[in-house]
Amino acid sequence: MANNNTLISVQDLKVYFRSSHECARAVDGVSFEVRKEETVCLVGESGCGKTVSALSILGLIPIPPGEIAGGRILFQGKNLLELDEEDMQKIRGNRIAMVFQEPLTSLNPVFTIEDQIGEAVRIHKNIGAGELRDCCIKLLKDVGIPSPVQRLKDYPHQLSGGQRQRVMIAMALACDPDLIIADEPTTALDVTVQAQILQLLKSIQKTRSMSVLYITHDLGVVANIADRVYVMYSGIVTEQGNTAQIFYDARHPYTQGLLASLPSRSKRGKRLYSIPGTVPNPAYKPEGCPFHPRCPHAISTCSREHPEMCDYSKAHLARCPVLFESANGYK
Amino acid sequence: MNIEEKGFNEDFQFETPLAPKRTRLQEFWLLFRQNRLAILGLFIFILFFCCAIAGLFMTSGPDPLFDPAMIRLQEKLRPPLVKPNLDSLRREEIPCLGFYLMGTDDLGRDVFARMLQGAWVSLTVGFVAVGISVLIGIFMGGIAGYFGQHHIRVDHVIVTFLLISGTALVTAHFIRFGAVLLCLTPAYIFYSFLTQNRSKGKTLPLWAKVFRKNAVSVDTLIMRIVDIMLCFPSFFLILTVVALLPASIYNIMIVIGLTSWMGTTRFVRAEFLSLREQDFVAAVKTLGAGNFRIIFRHMMPNAVAPVLVSATIGIATAILTEAGLSFLGFGVPPPHATWGNILSDGKNFIFDAPWLTFIPGIAILIVVLSFNLFGEGLRDVLNPKLRGRH
Repeated sequence: MANNNTLISVQDLKVYFRSSHECARAVDGVSFEVRKEETVCLVGESGCGKTVSALSILGLIPIPPGEIAGGRILFQGKNLLELDEEDMQKIRGNRIAMVFQEPLTSLNPVFTIEDQIGEAVRIHKNIGAGELRDCCIKLLKDVGIPSPVQRLKDYPHQLSGGQRQRVMIAMALACDPDLIIADEPTTALDVTVQAQILQLLKSIQKTRSMSVLYITHDLGVVANIADRVYVMYSGIVTEQGNTAQIFYDARHPYTQGLLASLPSRSKRGKRLYSIPGTVPNPAYKPEGCPFHPRCPHAISTCSREHPEMCDYSKAHLARCPVLFESANGYK
Repeated sequence: MNIEEKGFNEDFQFETPLAPKRTRLQEFWLLFRQNRLAILGLFIFILFFCCAIAGLFMTSGPDPLFDPAMIRLQEKLRPPLVKPNLDSLRREEIPCLGFYLMGTDDLGRDVFARMLQGAWVSLTVGFVAVGISVLIGIFMGGIAGYFGQHHIRVDHVIVTFLLISGTALVTAHFIRFGAVLLCLTPAYIFYSFLTQNRSKGKTLPLWAKVFRKNAVSVDTLIMRIVDIMLCFPSFFLILTVVALLPASIYNIMIVIGLTSWMGTTRFVRAEFLSLREQDFVAAVKTLGAGNFRIIFRHMMPNAVAPVLVSATIGIATAILTEAGLSFLGFGVPPPHATWGNILSDGKNFIFDAPWLTFIPGIAILIVVLSFNLFGEGLRDVLNPKLRGRH
């Protein structure tokens, strides 16, 4: 499974949150991998475990109430779950960096952006003040902030949303990490700025030959940026494949439902499709396939057996044996 | 599509700056200026500060300009602004202004010189005591707010208790018994390290399980200590402690500082509870910053505003407390003048020489009032919700 090209591979990760009387299985056996110089998208609706998966890569799940119930996260051959806090701090920001959803609240309001970008460099490298300033200017230029020298002394509230997100990206880039985890970085931005930020992430990923793990619920963004896609539902990966396979040849009923509920020109005037029902409560998941109560193809075995990953074609996997059998049966 | 491909123009430079750039301090001053009473407070505060520092230089040294300890028995209880009787004084006894600005006391000492000396005492007591209390308060509040949900295990509590009681016994001359307790502590720590590595996954005996149980959370522990400290009537606590300790100005500063940190702790803890959940803390964590860097470099600057306000008002309280202690005779030892003991000395002559009580009394009133006004002004500026109330 793990070849030389793999940068990080998450294997059967389980993250549970316990309260006094129930246990929410937020991530329940997720496996995915990110290869070198690749953009991978984790897609899924709110509460399906995307963010929790990403945070557990960086070891930022609050324990307790959180609990890593199983699995491994191999990053360059090391299991991140077994590292102690000190080693983890050397990896955070230095090898793996993260960009958050809300650029307004992710920047410290009392420091100038020079201080904050400089801090990102200073935590891991020991460099002088003049060099640090040059480094900040270069980073700001890289993320496309106009007139970076004048902007250095600005406070976060003096910047627009898009600029703030660019500063966040600059902070993430500060130590030239191998992997950037972007947790819905464009959700709080309007559509034109969103396009610019995506463009920026793409060009940075290319020029710096980094990997990007992009977490989103926006299929439009996925189509724009991803090389490969993992679709998550209720704490498990339901379908994985490259972008074309997911968009043109979706195999899992959940992915099909998601795509059907996108508005488009061809559906003009018609009523938009929506998947019936709601996401199961992570503390009380249904037996068997978590999607079966909402699935149009469900049969009686779906409510009993946990579905296995079925290999449709090269690297295109979906967790739905029912459709797999019927598809192969027709052949 | 075109927009997407073009992205941004890298070489774009602003022709003119977008808005007038003001530093934080300038912006702060613009708001602060509107509050006249606060400006008055700040003005008196600066005046007091200058007087105290000038007073230190003019009243100390081998040959001071104003000698607060110079006794002229023939010139006692002179009212303010009265010229001395030059015939009865030796040359070095003549006050340097040529008259007694604030009169003389029952030993003929120049009250103005004594007030100058007392101003320095008040200033240092105020600042040092509040400095101590703010440091303790920020540290305790920061720990309680940030590490609040961590638990302290039963064995930690027991070991701490052993350590404290061992030290107490040794200092109380039960040396042998105390030493046994003191030796037990490192022995237990060593033992727990040994078992910690060996017992992973193994089931522990019952007594070990009891020892490993979480006793209290850090938050509960610190906040209950705060509650206990607040239960004592603090002035009487200070009185008791000062009565036990040798009388000196430093002891008073330390004791006032050690009994007034609770408010700051509560402020800082409350701020930290909300700051801890903010995204920027998580963002700094993902950059790989350690806990203490996060607490003291990233969260603390966001939490100091209310502390600053309570510190300014705290200075006023500390000055008042010191004056009260000196008035009762528990404060700074006698030859040294403070506003409190000038007041105390003067109360015997309140009908014959009212200036002896009124001058220090009014000085205390004005300084405390100015600190309070300044503090309130600071609060109005730093807390936007309270703006426009005056």
